Amino acid sequence: MHWLGQPFKERSTLIFLGVLLTALVAVTVLHLVVPQGHPLYVSAYTVNLFGKYLSYALLAVAVDLVWGYLGILSLGHGAFFALGGYAMGMYLMRQIGERGVYGHPVLPDFMVFLNWDSLPWYWYGFDSAWIAFPMVMLAPGLLALVFGFLAFRSRVTGVYLSIITQAMTFALMLAFFRNEMGFGGNNGLTDFRDILGFDLRSDQVRLGLFLATGIALALGFVLCRAIVTSKLGRVCVAARDAEARTRFLGYRVERVQLFVFVVSAMLAGVAGALYVPQVGIINPSEFSPLFSIEIVVWVALGGRATLYGAVIGAILVNYAKTVFTGIMPDAWLFALGGLFVLVTVLLPKGIAGVLAYRVRKRGVTENDGKEATA
Amino acid sequence: MRITRFLTAWLTVLLLAWLPLAALAQQDDPGQALLESLDTRAYDDKAAAIQTIAASEDERARRWLETLLDGKLQRHKDTGRFVIVIDNSGRNWPAIDALTFEDAGEISRRDLDRIGINNALRNQLRSVLAVIDLYAESADVRLASAMRLLGEVDETLAGSIDDLIEEEPDAEVRRRLTQALAIYRVENGETEAVEALAGSLHPRVRVALGRAAASDDPILAQSAQAGLDDIEQNLRINRAAETLYFGLSMGSVLVLAAIGLAITFGVMGVINMAHGELMMLGAYTTWAMQQLLPGQPGLALILSIPAGFLVAALAGVAIERSVIQFLKGRPLETLLATFGVSLILQQLVRTVISPLNRTVITPEWMSGSLVLNDALSLTLNRLYVMGFALVVFVGLMLIMRRTRLGLEVRAVTQNRAMARSMGIRATRVDIMTFALGSGVAGLAGVALSQLTNVGPNLGQSYIIDSFMVVVFGGVGNLWGTLVAGLSLGVINQVLEPWAGAVLAKIMVLVFIILFIQKRPRGLFPQKGRAAEG
Repeated sequence: MHWLGQPFKERSTLIFLGVLLTALVAVTVLHLVVPQGHPLYVSAYTVNLFGKYLSYALLAVAVDLVWGYLGILSLGHGAFFALGGYAMGMYLMRQIGERGVYGHPVLPDFMVFLNWDSLPWYWYGFDSAWIAFPMVMLAPGLLALVFGFLAFRSRVTGVYLSIITQAMTFALMLAFFRNEMGFGGNNGLTDFRDILGFDLRSDQVRLGLFLATGIALALGFVLCRAIVTSKLGRVCVAARDAEARTRFLGYRVERVQLFVFVVSAMLAGVAGALYVPQVGIINPSEFSPLFSIEIVVWVALGGRATLYGAVIGAILVNYAKTVFTGIMPDAWLFALGGLFVLVTVLLPKGIAGVLAYRVRKRGVTENDGKEATA
Repeated sequence: MRITRFLTAWLTVLLLAWLPLAALAQQDDPGQALLESLDTRAYDDKAAAIQTIAASEDERARRWLETLLDGKLQRHKDTGRFVIVIDNSGRNWPAIDALTFEDAGEISRRDLDRIGINNALRNQLRSVLAVIDLYAESADVRLASAMRLLGEVDETLAGSIDDLIEEEPDAEVRRRLTQALAIYRVENGETEAVEALAGSLHPRVRVALGRAAASDDPILAQSAQAGLDDIEQNLRINRAAETLYFGLSMGSVLVLAAIGLAITFGVMGVINMAHGELMMLGAYTTWAMQQLLPGQPGLALILSIPAGFLVAALAGVAIERSVIQFLKGRPLETLLATFGVSLILQQLVRTVISPLNRTVITPEWMSGSLVLNDALSLTLNRLYVMGFALVVFVGLMLIMRRTRLGLEVRAVTQNRAMARSMGIRATRVDIMTFALGSGVAGLAGVALSQLTNVGPNLGQSYIIDSFMVVVFGGVGNLWGTLVAGLSLGVINQVLEPWAGAVLAKIMVLVFIILFIQKRPRGLFPQKGRAAEG
């Protein structure tokens, strides 16, 4: 377990965790202690919004793990996110019980509507959190395992991999749009009520979900950092920069790639599962290629291969999205498109790159000063 | 008051004086006698009168019989004049004169007597009307009429058709009439007639044979069954041909969409995610041209071929100069940046033109279909698009193989530094190649505007498919793109009937994903030095 302690020796990780914990505490205090109407009061709506951003941030960390350190540009991570979300959604759906519109004790509303008389086999067990919550990680993990095994074994890399991951999420989107799939078709899963017996609509539960997402983000971040700083992480970076050479040095590159890819998919699944109870719906649009590629631009804006950059990027872009779609919805796609172009052309290392450059420059001037005095 | 009374009196006199004259004029018309013969109480006499009218070769006969069938041929109670009621709703009905077809003003419905018919007459009228066109001058009219007769022949018609077949000069019409008669005969249990039905794919023929095959007469049933099997066999072939046609048509659309990518992605190695949006620009160019030239959709379409190419090529050059040239050698970043461009272009169209679909008119010479036989007809617009795809493919092939530009493109992609030291201006070649690939996307858009809706999402729906085609066919290989596009189209169409459209698409995507695992470099991988790049 030595490798798990490694991240805590890094200054950047400690700063990140410090900032994240401060933010979580601050939002909690501002929500609970400050009276309503006060300018510093954080409403339940805002807490919920922050919780959504944090789940996106965890997703971005997962994408950065494969893109930044493995050099695999996955345009299909939205699929893993959505699968985790669907697993959670199925659990939440079963928790509705007899309170649905049709009042059926077992079948969710949409199945009654489609005249189904029994639950499909893959819905069995999802009424229990003991099965549903592990499935949040297992379902995307399994898909990543099969897909990654096939892809990495035959050394599909680079642009080809990007395109077939995009095709994968596109195919899944088409599949989930079908009513026959038993996942609510076009409308997806919605009208959730309880999670683990708590009412999803109460403010306390929303705060709880926000905090849970924040903690999940912290844990995910530490896990990714640990992988990256371990020996395995070194092989990852080596494979990213010179795949053939790493292979010739005797490393089984495809196994390393597969392992990291599956871990990343599972993290994305967790992010999706935390996202769904906070927004209250999951539908096939999460599988859309546009969403997956949007995640990549969060990471690109924040800065590849830093992990904390991914978090910054995800929060910034999504905050901008909330603001833009509020004031002028038409301009959002212009802004997003422009962001894609500007980041790739002008900011290849993202915001984290700029920050690191500043720090390094200050360090250099300090050193210069020391040398001068010495 | 006195003046009014005076005028009324005069008018009455005039009218009375004119009426016998008008009646006299009508008496000269042989039509009057024919119509008179219809106005009788005995239905047998009416039946005879209908036959007389049908055989009279009077040009107006068709209209009379039709209106008689509809109950609109009526007679004025007072004047005895025959009129055709145009609209029998309300109290006063507008009518025209049955002989001259001139306007007869509005007549109160109390003043009119309908020439009544019963069910037997109705049936007779229908069959008479079916054959009346068989005497028409135009062979097309006669053919259409003969087609309608399939399965409709009855005892009264059978005799007259037999005579008609002898007189009919047109072979096709004769064939149809023979079939129509044969159906009647088969239904009456004549085994020899089955032979005349052999090879026909018309559904009516199939129904007749099916019924005959189930009959009690073993000989008739046997020969009908044999004929039926023959037809079923033939139909299967035709259905396969239809699937193949739709598959090839879909495939040619894929080829059109992917072949521009094969140039920019395959040859230059640039991932252009905005390729679909360049297609969209081509489609919108077609729409704009039709707006500029209202009333001439055909001319506008032809003009939009060069226009669409130019618009898309210019847009492509703009993208290359403003974005792609800065990202040389970083394919993943190029992918992201061009995706951003695609978002901007889509939103631009939404904001400037409309988020709704625009309608592009299909010119007359492209609509309709080519009827090969009763079971197989090919829609013309798809046929044109297939031809267009082929022309574009051959054109691109020639450019790449036979022109200086093609040579330079291949030189630059194989070894940029070497090509430059040989005096090739690599940057210029980049621009030209990208313009070519983009222009072809514009051409694809022009073609697509004839098949699907033109809207801001047009490109998006093709981009994944196009990349699949290029990757499946093997990057950098135009032949591979052609084979891959056509075969994917056909596979999709073959799967569709038993899997449904969405599932077929998913299966094709999964198939390609698996295929790439097996052969990462596509169907036709590049060999030799080109493969190293």
